[in-house]
This record gives sequence, C-alpha cells and structure tokens, in this order.
Amino acid sequence: MSQVIIQDDEVDIVIGAIQSDLTSFMEAWRPMFSRFHLIIVQDPDLNGELKIPGGFNLNLYTKSDMDKVVGSSSSTISFSGYSCRYFGYLMSRKKYIISIDDDCIPAKDSKGELVDAVAQHITNLTTPATPFFFNTLYDPFCKGTDFVRGYPFSLRNGVECGLSCGLWLNLADYDAPTQALKPNARNSRYVDAVLTVPSRTMLPLSGINIAFNNELVGPALLPAFRLTKEGKFRWETVEDIWTGMCAKVVCDHLKLGVKSGLPYVWRQERGSAVESLKKEWEGVQLMEEVVPFFQSVRLSEAAVTAEDCVAEIAASVKEQLGRSNPMFARAAETMVEWIKLWKQVRSQ
Amino acid sequence: MAGERAATPLLKDELDIVIPTIRNLDFLEMWRPFFQPYHLIIVQDGDPSKTIKVPEGFDYELYNRNDINRILGPKASCISFKDSACRCFGYMVSKKKYIFTIDDDCFVAKDPSGKDINALEQHIKNLLSPSTPHFFNTLYDPYREGTDFVRGYPFSLREGEPTAVSHGLWLNIPDYDAPTQLVKPRERNTRYVDAVLTIPKGTLFPMCGMNLAFNRDLIGPAMYFGLMGDGQPIGRYDDMWAGWCTKVICDHLNLGIKTGLPYIWHSKASNPFVNLKKEYKGIYWQEEIIPFFKSVTLPTECKTVQDCYLELSKQVKAKLSSVDPYFTKLADAMVTWIEAWDELNPSGDASAKLANGAAK
Repeated sequence: MSQVIIQDDEVDIVIGAIQSDLTSFMEAWRPMFSRFHLIIVQDPDLNGELKIPGGFNLNLYTKSDMDKVVGSSSSTISFSGYSCRYFGYLMSRKKYIISIDDDCIPAKDSKGELVDAVAQHITNLTTPATPFFFNTLYDPFCKGTDFVRGYPFSLRNGVECGLSCGLWLNLADYDAPTQALKPNARNSRYVDAVLTVPSRTMLPLSGINIAFNNELVGPALLPAFRLTKEGKFRWETVEDIWTGMCAKVVCDHLKLGVKSGLPYVWRQERGSAVESLKKEWEGVQLMEEVVPFFQSVRLSEAAVTAEDCVAEIAASVKEQLGRSNPMFARAAETMVEWIKLWKQVRSQ
Repeated sequence: MAGERAATPLLKDELDIVIPTIRNLDFLEMWRPFFQPYHLIIVQDGDPSKTIKVPEGFDYELYNRNDINRILGPKASCISFKDSACRCFGYMVSKKKYIFTIDDDCFVAKDPSGKDINALEQHIKNLLSPSTPHFFNTLYDPYREGTDFVRGYPFSLREGEPTAVSHGLWLNIPDYDAPTQLVKPRERNTRYVDAVLTIPKGTLFPMCGMNLAFNRDLIGPAMYFGLMGDGQPIGRYDDMWAGWCTKVICDHLNLGIKTGLPYIWHSKASNPFVNLKKEYKGIYWQEEIIPFFKSVTLPTECKTVQDCYLELSKQVKAKLSSVDPYFTKLADAMVTWIEAWDELNPSGDASAKLANGAAK
C-alpha cells in the first residue's frame, strides 16, 4: 500500500476547551500534535485564562473573538460548551480538521503501543471510502487486506472520505441512562478495524474524536440543536448527534464516505452519569422523532455543495419537524444563519 | 473483554452442521471437541461411487448424488453437481432450526490470546441475540458482553430485530476473487478484528459460504446456492447469489444479518487460474446483477420467505434474462428449489416460520 503523504500545513487540530487547565491534555498529545497547527477555542462560559503549555503552533480564540466575528449577525448561533469548537471550524482554512475532546488522551493499542490518533484520522480521510457495498474484511485500502470475492469491480475505486469517526477506550460514549445502569462498564475492547458506514445508513456521530475534510463537508459541521438545559458533560448534550445526522445526509448526497472505527482515544473519568441523569430529558426524547426524518430526507440534484445541502436540510427540518416543536424550528433557523456566517467569513 | 457469565446454550438438538465434500473429512478431527455433540449432514459432491470416510464418533447422515436424485426426482435439477453449491441440499433435508455450514479446508483458529476459537459457539451467540439493521451502532454489536448502545442511538430501536444469518470470517487464506489472488498470491489475513456487527438494512454484501450459520426457520428457503459447476457457465458465485437474495429478503422481512466473529483458519488456497475460469462470466454479470438487487422491491403481500423468493425469481427472469439465458434457467431453478423445499418441509400453510422439523 503506498504511503499517504500529507502536508502538515493541510491540517488543523481544533480543541474546544471546556476546562481551564489544558496542560496535561496538551503534554499527553504533544508527540502527535506538535507537527501541526492548533486552534484552541475557549468555551465562552469559561472565565479566566486558559493554561496552555508552550512549544505549540497555535491560535487561541475566546468569547471576544466570537463576538467580533459573529457580532450582531445572529442571535441563534451559540458557541457555548462543546459547541465552542465550531468556532474553530469556522476560522480554519485548512483542508483537514481533527477535533478531540479535552478529556481524552492517547490510547494504547492491543500491543501496548500509543495510538497516533492524528495520523490514523489523516489516513482515514486520505484513503477512499466504500459506502455502496459492504466489504466483509472492512477497509480494503488498509495494508494486509483487500476487497473480498464478490465485491463488484466497478465499485473498487471507492469515493472520497468526508468524515472519520474515531472511538474511545475506558469511558465509552454511552448515554447517561446506560452508564448509570452500568456504572463500572468501561470499554476495553480494541477493535482493529476501520469501516465505511454504508450510504443511507444513519449512525450516532460522536463529536468526542472526529475528523473531516473541511473543503468538502466543512459547512455541515454546525452548532444547531441544543437541549434547553445543555450541560458541560457529553451526557448532557445531543448537539453532535444532530450535527452528525445532518453531516451523514450531506455525505450520502454528495457521494462521500463516512468511516468509523480506528483511531481510539482514551477517555478519562469525568462527571457522574447519575447526576446527569437527573437533568432534563425533553430534548433527548425529541431526538427519537427525528430519526425517521433523517432516514428518509432526500436532497435535490441542484444541491452540489455542502452549503447547498445544509440549506435544503434546514428547509426540510423547518417544514417537516418545525411544525411539531419550536426546538426544531430554531435548529433550522440556526442552520440557515450558520451557512450565511460561513459564507461571510470565507469571503473575507 | 469481560469474561462470559451466562453459558451459551449448546442447541445440540436444534442445530445441524452441513458439510459439502468431495475428498475426505479429516478436518473434523480438529473440530471434534466443538462438533461432536451435533448431528452432521454431509453432502458428497462428485463421483457417488467413491466412499467418504467419516471419522468415528460423529452422528451423521450422508447424501451423494444418487441420493439427491432419488429424493428429489426431477427436481434434483436445481441442485448443482460438481460444485460445493450442492450443500444447500443439506439445508433442505435438515429438520433442525439452525444450520451451521463449513468448508472441509477450514480449521480451528486461535484468538490473539492463543486460545482455540469455538466458532460454532460464537455463531450461536450471534444468532440468539438480536441484530440492529436500522441504525448503525459505532461500538458494533451492542448485545455482546462488554459493550452497549452508544449515546445517540435511538431508544425506540434498541430491541433490535431477530438475527437470521451469522457470517463468519477467515484467518490465513482470505476469500479473494481470482484476479486479486493472482496479484497478491502471498497475502494472508492476519488481522483479528474483535467485532460482530449487523450489516445495515439496504446494504448488500458478499456472503461467503465457508463459515456460515443461519436460522432455518427464519430464512432457510432463501439459502439456495444456485446453479453452478457441471454444465453451468459459472462457478464461485453460489454463496454470493444466496447472499444477495437472502439480504434483500431479510431487509424486506426486517431480519438481521451479522458479520465478523467467529474466525476460522482457512488452510487451502485454490488455484487462481481455475478460479478465474469459473468466475470470469460472474465478474461481468455482477455489474448487472448488483444494480438489479439494489433496486429490487418486494410487495408488502410477500410475508413469507417462500413468497419473497418466488417473487424474486419472477423478477430475475424478467430483468436478468437479457444479460444471459443462464438467468432464465436460474429463475426456473429458484422455483424448483422452493417447490422441493416445501415438499420436504410441509407445514400446513407453507410458512417457513412455522416449519420446525416436520417428520418425514
């Protein structure tokens, strides 16, 4: 398999800082991050200065930057909490973006070696995806494997990969009820595979460990759906789940691939599932309603860019979901605002 | 990975192991610790005058071509000759709820800890737990020990659907087609991927018959392995054909198909030049067959596997005959297969779901 050569200056690593002291996080990732440019975005609700160790090539964005850029053009877009990273996506001009939650450190593979999550995401994004037919030996472009007997030859070129969704060892990305029911459940299974999630199949796209082709799908990674009482733990959010479904629809329509599997990151203990469980659940119930919508939404031939796709999805959300609940109408509005903002920022 | 707490049911009176062979069954010695409790159905392909020696201590029934002709009469025409596709005769004569089929060059593999893998036990686990075809779980099979549904997985879909098929994989010699074998004769599959996952609804896959288990009650009649071998223009597409038909029907009936564990050790690399001759037409025909299966819709009135399969055979005849007259023959054979299946498996209302070992 030929080596994938990628220029370091094609990559931005975007970190949403929900915690003030990023020292141990940054030091843990230093061997993998140091080659690349970093964008660190401070949660606008987090007061004080962030503690960031030296020796990195980075840009830091805070609330004041958000106010400057977004200004008065929108009141629906919020960069609070985990959504602060989207400001980083907005500001980035690089081709590939990798984003990892600030409570994750490098994991070890089954041989005990540290996993370079950045390199693996880059490999995923720069090798073809195979969304139209399932390969039983998983990613056929991986070294040591290939397409199996019976895989149509006309589909063996694959398509470009738009999104790479990594996984988590230790604290898996379970929802609060699941983790509360099994408080000691930790993910210790290292599944040595990357696979393409087939076209028209929906998945829960966790934002904890994710990478994407900013040129192809950038605008689809947007902050739109917030729970009324969204919190600072992943158990208390669904924003990435909503965004993920939009992004998958966009990728399916533009015939781009979405990969899932490697790389793993090690997710550290933080918070209490039981405490999070006590919070409001209205938004989570609402998510049940949107599944049939996302599974069936189809975009027009005229939608040829991610921006076009997002605009059409927003219109469908407003028309089909917005009527039953104002939260959806608001999400649709935010999506439209986001595209406007995206274009505005890009034109400067 | 967490240790197993609940013992997996053996299902020894509910499962048949179907093995096609033309040479010998020495490989069963290695499988003895895992297979001995079960009844074997051996389908002997090739020269019926040859005696296949079965190792001592196994409970089995054996069918050669003469038996197949005797039992099916003129309907025997649907069963391939001189091809392992004949194994589906074993599915038809079985009276059990579950089938496990394995090739005679497949041995016990070891997991990364060095332990022997009980492939049959894993297939049973796969079949007895639900599938999740409607929404992809990023941590793979959520019913496995040590994992669960991830955040964002719709709660309304967490009961899953019944599992109809468990598709296992192979270490060592991978199941490549002839062109790939020619280009990469030395490639071996050494990667142990510790996952089972459901192939999503609406997605097709290449089903390999080397290491396969299924619920005969749920999907049996769809497991017809087509017309291959002697007198046929194509080979090595038997399991592929069965897999595409099975997947379309499972999608229609909301049944699940799992793939991944268990691994077996595939020891024999077949001759790529021989394979190329067999596969040659398939490589071209596939390009028409796949769009056909992708666009197939079955009417809601089709509620049993047999109904679905007969409907499929009509569509094969209507839409694929223009590719080659072979498909007209195949469509007719599909009908013959269902007629033979229903004859050997009478159940009153022809529903595959009710048939559970009707005595002959």
